[in-house]
Amino acid sequence: MSDHITEIVVFTFLFLLVSVMGFIAAKWRRPTDMAHLDEWGLGGRSFGGWITWFLVGGDLYTAYTFVAVPALIFGAGAAGFFAVPYTVVIYPLFFLILIRLWSVSHRHGFVTPADFVRTRFDSPLLALLIAITGIVATMPYIALQLVGIEAVLKTMGVTGESALARHAPIIVAFAILAAYTYQSGLRAPALIAFVKDTLIYIVIIVAVLYLPYKLGGWGSIFDDANAKFQASPAPGDGITLNANNQIQYITLALGSALALFLYPHSITGVLASKNRNVIKRNMSALPAYSFLLGLIALLGYMAISAGVKPLPGNTAGSVDSNTVVPLLFDQQFPAWFAGIAFAAIGIGALVPAAIMSIAAANLFTRNIYKEYIRKDATHAQEASVAKIASLVVKVGAVAFIIFLDPQFSIDLQLIGGIIILQTAPAVAIGLYTRWLHRNALIVGWAAGMGLGLWMLYQIPNAATKRAHFGGSAFPLEKFGFDTPKTIYVGFVAVALNLLVAVIVTLILRAMKNPEGVDGTEPDDYFADEGDPRLEKARTTPETLGSST
Amino acid sequence: MSAPRSDRSPWNWLLVIPIVLPLITPFYNFDSPRLWGFPAFYWLQFSFIFVGVITTSIVYQMTRRPPVTPAAPAEQSTKPAEASDE
Repeated sequence: MSDHITEIVVFTFLFLLVSVMGFIAAKWRRPTDMAHLDEWGLGGRSFGGWITWFLVGGDLYTAYTFVAVPALIFGAGAAGFFAVPYTVVIYPLFFLILIRLWSVSHRHGFVTPADFVRTRFDSPLLALLIAITGIVATMPYIALQLVGIEAVLKTMGVTGESALARHAPIIVAFAILAAYTYQSGLRAPALIAFVKDTLIYIVIIVAVLYLPYKLGGWGSIFDDANAKFQASPAPGDGITLNANNQIQYITLALGSALALFLYPHSITGVLASKNRNVIKRNMSALPAYSFLLGLIALLGYMAISAGVKPLPGNTAGSVDSNTVVPLLFDQQFPAWFAGIAFAAIGIGALVPAAIMSIAAANLFTRNIYKEYIRKDATHAQEASVAKIASLVVKVGAVAFIIFLDPQFSIDLQLIGGIIILQTAPAVAIGLYTRWLHRNALIVGWAAGMGLGLWMLYQIPNAATKRAHFGGSAFPLEKFGFDTPKTIYVGFVAVALNLLVAVIVTLILRAMKNPEGVDGTEPDDYFADEGDPRLEKARTTPETLGSST
Repeated sequence: MSAPRSDRSPWNWLLVIPIVLPLITPFYNFDSPRLWGFPAFYWLQFSFIFVGVITTSIVYQMTRRPPVTPAAPAEQSTKPAEASDE
């Protein structure tokens, strides 16, 4: 471990620096009253263009992304580059759809997507399903941020043999994170994101200029990768797509884009911004991160060219491909700069982990605690419940990593992306129309969940010799088609979800099943900063009934 | 159904380009021509990022509300106060 001492010192210094910033953040842009969920959970809904850019960028492009996408490219080649079209497609969708969610949330004081569904469709059950889906999808995502930190720690050699020694640094890191998130709420990741993203940009710009120079230029990097894939027996790899994985590539890119904007943490980042123009302008500025992500993805090819051999995994005989990028930095950079790169990844894990835990805490507080446990909760009670919930969520994420095989978190995250997509008909389509019946949305959600889980269960993983949950690429031959082509599970599941929702809507309407009262008005979807806000935390059907 | 405000605009159709273009793999699934050593598959997809930036910027500029947009009804500068449900 002594040969990594410079890296460890630099890493620790930067880590402590952002921890201090996390605590100071409580005083940053001084809130009038921190005992309110808008302050703790949404940073006072006041973030301007720059903060939103750093916050949402730091939120969407997680440490796990930075570690796992190049690992995918390292292993499979072009198929892993879906991350680029995925992050191109997402911004126009944000621009058109999520902006309406911002407006209606601004008007009604919604903190979570489930708040919106509750008021829009007048269905506590549907809102509860949306909230639970969000929490379940987010938990493993937080755990995966730990996998990102762990890959770095492993490379620096600061992981011991026993289960506790292996995880001690992560427990410390997460305890600090939990403490300042509790204290400062969304302001902490917003402030830290500045450091994280600056470090990431520096590291990647240096990497893409310096490493190709050392490795003989981009042309030879791609040629080396091509030679590796030509030699490997696996059918799906290569530096371009083949005939069988193109549908998978397209549906995965589109499905992941739809899933990302439904994730509670992305919505939290967007709702924290000050007005519509801040969001719209950011949709032109955030793609800078997509460019960065594309370059990061290509680190996978550089690792091939540099002859990186991933470290062994937790079980004998397996390899931890997530260590590819940290190892590349360790081999190619001077120690002090490798330390900065590792800190960038480590801090990169903290920002999204904090936002995700806040988003999950908001969901619990608004849609479970306030809805079912304490209907008359005050703003201060909401804020303190959310703070405690954020601690519970983080303890849960650490427990996931310590007590379960990390592979389990990866599986769950895979499932998470697919189940969060099942909220699309209620949340995304609901922003445009209330045509779908509230109960039909519930039936569609159940159908999509069922099919998605069944399909995932059917997918084996040849590399790890597991029979189930081997990935998200579903072989179409299992549906009876005579073809080796594959398709993204989430896409099929959400298509069924929507189809079922439409059919059941027609049936319920014919049966005159009551549709509930829409608590929103068309104009709410265009509300902007300065417009009057409905002071009540929630527009309940009762009060609406009395006023109309 | 006459909402006083709207985010409808023909300019929004421009956003179809960055949504659809990156999803048509036959357009870019080639190795050559290479640019600075990058196979076409990679540099073309990087260029789609700029297509996204340019189109969202244009749509943003053309659909901005406050600085008097030409197409929108101009009389709604005073806030419509009917929304309050108190």
